[in-house]
Amino acid sequence: MPDPGRTTPTRQAGDEMFDHARAAVQGALDAGATYADARVVIRRHESLQAQNGALEAVRNDVEAGVGVRALIGSSWGFAASSELTDKAAKAAGAEATATAKASDRVPGSGLHLADVPAAEDRYTTPFHEDPFTVPLDDKVEVVVSATRTMHEVEGVLVATAQLMFWDTDKWFVSSQGHRIHQRIVETGCGMDATAVGEQETQRRSYPQSFGHVETGGYEVIRRFDLPGNAQATAEEAVQLLSADQCPSGALDVILESSQLALQIHESVGHAIELDRILGWEAAFAGTSFLELEQLGRLRYGSELMNITADATIPGALSTFGYDDEGTPAQCVDIVKEGTWVGVLSGRDSAHLAGLPPGGMVRADGFNRIPMVRMTNVGLTPGESSMEEIVAETKHGVVMATNRSWSIDDKRLNFQFGCEIGWEVRDGKRVRMVKNPTYTGITPRFWGSMDMLAGGDEWFPWGVPNCGKGQPMQVGHTGHPAAPARFRDVRVGVKA
Amino acid sequence: MTTSMMTAARSLDDLQTLADRVVELVRAHPGPGTGHPGPGPAPDHLGAGTASDSTEVADTDSQPTPDTAPDTPSPGDSTEVEANVRVSRSRHGLTRFANSFIHQHVGEDTVSVALTVAVGGRTASASTTRIADEELAELVDTTITSAALQPVDPHWPGATPPADTTFAGNHDDATVAATPDERAAGVEAFVSAGPELRAAGYLDTEASWVAFASTAGQRVAGSTTRATIDGIHQTDTSAGSAHQTSVRVAELDAPAAGALAADRARRSASFLDIEPGAYPVVLGPEAVATILTFLAVYGFNAKSYLEGGSFAELGTQQFDAAITVWQDPTDPRAIGLPFDGEGTPRERFPLIEAGVTRTLAHDRRTAKRAGATSNGSAVPGAEAFGAVPTNVVMSGGDTPASELIAGIDRGLLITQFHYVRVLEPKTVTSTGLTRNGTFLIEDGEVTGAVGNLRFTQGFVAALAAGQVRGLGDDQRYADGEFGAGMVIAPSLALHSWNFTGGAKG
Repeated sequence: MPDPGRTTPTRQAGDEMFDHARAAVQGALDAGATYADARVVIRRHESLQAQNGALEAVRNDVEAGVGVRALIGSSWGFAASSELTDKAAKAAGAEATATAKASDRVPGSGLHLADVPAAEDRYTTPFHEDPFTVPLDDKVEVVVSATRTMHEVEGVLVATAQLMFWDTDKWFVSSQGHRIHQRIVETGCGMDATAVGEQETQRRSYPQSFGHVETGGYEVIRRFDLPGNAQATAEEAVQLLSADQCPSGALDVILESSQLALQIHESVGHAIELDRILGWEAAFAGTSFLELEQLGRLRYGSELMNITADATIPGALSTFGYDDEGTPAQCVDIVKEGTWVGVLSGRDSAHLAGLPPGGMVRADGFNRIPMVRMTNVGLTPGESSMEEIVAETKHGVVMATNRSWSIDDKRLNFQFGCEIGWEVRDGKRVRMVKNPTYTGITPRFWGSMDMLAGGDEWFPWGVPNCGKGQPMQVGHTGHPAAPARFRDVRVGVKA
Repeated sequence: MTTSMMTAARSLDDLQTLADRVVELVRAHPGPGTGHPGPGPAPDHLGAGTASDSTEVADTDSQPTPDTAPDTPSPGDSTEVEANVRVSRSRHGLTRFANSFIHQHVGEDTVSVALTVAVGGRTASASTTRIADEELAELVDTTITSAALQPVDPHWPGATPPADTTFAGNHDDATVAATPDERAAGVEAFVSAGPELRAAGYLDTEASWVAFASTAGQRVAGSTTRATIDGIHQTDTSAGSAHQTSVRVAELDAPAAGALAADRARRSASFLDIEPGAYPVVLGPEAVATILTFLAVYGFNAKSYLEGGSFAELGTQQFDAAITVWQDPTDPRAIGLPFDGEGTPRERFPLIEAGVTRTLAHDRRTAKRAGATSNGSAVPGAEAFGAVPTNVVMSGGDTPASELIAGIDRGLLITQFHYVRVLEPKTVTSTGLTRNGTFLIEDGEVTGAVGNLRFTQGFVAALAAGQVRGLGDDQRYADGEFGAGMVIAPSLALHSWNFTGGAKG
């Protein structure tokens, strides 16, 4: 097992990769960039998917190349090449600068970078069991046996399971003297069973929708034990077909932690991205209801609401040593006792806003420009428990596992659907309900949170499919959460 | 080809040579390493295609296929190594602007090799951007070794057999050669249309070259180009959008796009909030494209159909008679290659004809399961997701789009949907919001703007018989939230759309 934290990686050809990155930076500077940085990235991704007891796909993908960013005036220029030679890297650097220069036709105010110490360092995410050395037979058996068990449950038509692994090496060099190597190992899994009725389908997933991913090794797969949870997952999918519809009206909503994680992602995580607040993502992802002058004053939620963006949580999906600008990973307060106090930022946006750089800029591979991305944005735990929350609820619905999600371009008006719900009356779960949905307005919703479970039920969920940017980038984000109750929420929206 | 030639592969001929080279490496491979267990008999639990798989497909889609021909080896009965190889180069430049200036300006040039092998019916796939000779040899070796360790893949249809493409694909040299300066000039024109407004969006140019080769003898290559301008203008209270996509960058009219977006933003600056409820609507092409994308992904995907998750009932009138939708990569406007991710030639086929559901999108895997023929709908690397039509064309009408509002006493004109997600896949019941221009129609005229609204609506039900008021004559490429260059659609007037919330919840 590699030592956790900062280690000396024994990756071959590391110096050569630093050379390519340095050549790219030099190419950009020679062409006139005022600042440049470059990342050589080699990312290996393995995935397995099984369906109904048969293996459906095994993939091994390798992406390797250099991406270089050049700053001139008000614009970043970025160029990427999959050809890993000094010559190609230097040419990419020159192209990045030329591209930035072309932006001068439609200029804005000059961009500047907040100060960050130039680090020379190495970092590896902690893991116990390298997932790429685990025999393929073992992995196949996990997904085949889990889906076979689910498919054997009467009423389940489709059962799928996935394992996914990433091993990413990044060599980062900047014109200010950064020289950082990181190795990030990520492991995840998920499965779902779909029962099909006359005019509907019902699905149950485990451990959450889209699969759950952590920084770590194959121990993550062993811990979540897909085969051992397959039977119960499938049985709930079938039971949902005959369950009653979720009631409609203004009710208390109790969210289990993975659904609350997505609620945080959509209504907090994206809203606090400084590039959105500054309008840089307006055309596609949108802006934010937050305005910088409200920082430190705006009431985001109830006093139980404490949110941090923490890139140092062991095992969480967005844990790393440095972001893709060379800023060290850190923990930043975002909401403190209900008041909005922090943002997600990079060096350029932080300088513009007069804030310290948060180390939250990352890119999806060598061929994408780094941009503000969520780290582990989540709730600090409260003092209650799911059992206590249910016991103290007169009429409400417990909702679990996301099924659909939608939110407006300012991150205010949201609607979520969950896979399963349980109606609660007088402190007891009285019946399973299907198609539970709830809708609300962000600050009003968070302001209604009056019970929050404690550390025993707090879990740093990983979301591996966050889309942002043009060209589109898929980000891996973490969201610690614990079950919580929200009062008088509009439930059961119908078509 | 030498290593240096490989790593600098650029032309279509280079890519074809590279694909051929990988096929040669597969053929020359001695087989799975002796250190690994060789492929034995198929495990009992796997089976090879269940009876229920092949009985769920309507007759209209069933034809004899090469997959079932006697000369095709059955999975699991040999150690023959088969392979499909896809080599692609993507050259993409994107000029992005916000707050009325260019803030991100990016370019990439990437070559990648995707390989699927089957060893006695046991399959594995891999891809890499590392294309030197020794790296390709390693790719072949590790993929063959990986495949040999798998159970038999019951749906493996065999390597793609030879078949000629029927059209070349639309490619424009000037779009390939477009420079950052040219893109910036387009952005300048868009921004200039609203000097008092804040503009944001992008203008991009993309060229794709792809070569395919298989051990069964298929060998095809092609290229396509795309150029898009997509942007908004904003006031402090509103936004208006415009979108244009073409094979040819010279066909983008950036000043017109900017003017349209600015006009929509200005006309929305003052708006009313209206009560949610069911309203007649006129949907702009972008909103229609979103609906069609969801129908394509959830309904016309043959894998979803085979798994009971699709609304499709082939040969049944499920939609209004005014609705006709095609998959048409042969359209002179089409952005797409002449073959799919499996190297199967692509073709035009109807999805909905005068309201009747006609054809599913098949790749070779679903075609084998269904006893049908692949119609060239494989999405590269998405074998587990299924086949999806990606050149969707909805027939337009004769009515000028501006006249679709005639006869609507009280309704809404919708420019665009935002963040649409499915609540129930089989009925494609979805929720989302309006964005970038939502207008009130009263007594057949647009009388003002309204605030953005949330809807919860079954998409199949919305287009059902009797629900369509009219189709516009403004058919064009529209961006349906999930990417440019996928859907050509007109404006569409519907009798009812279910709005379930406004800005206040």
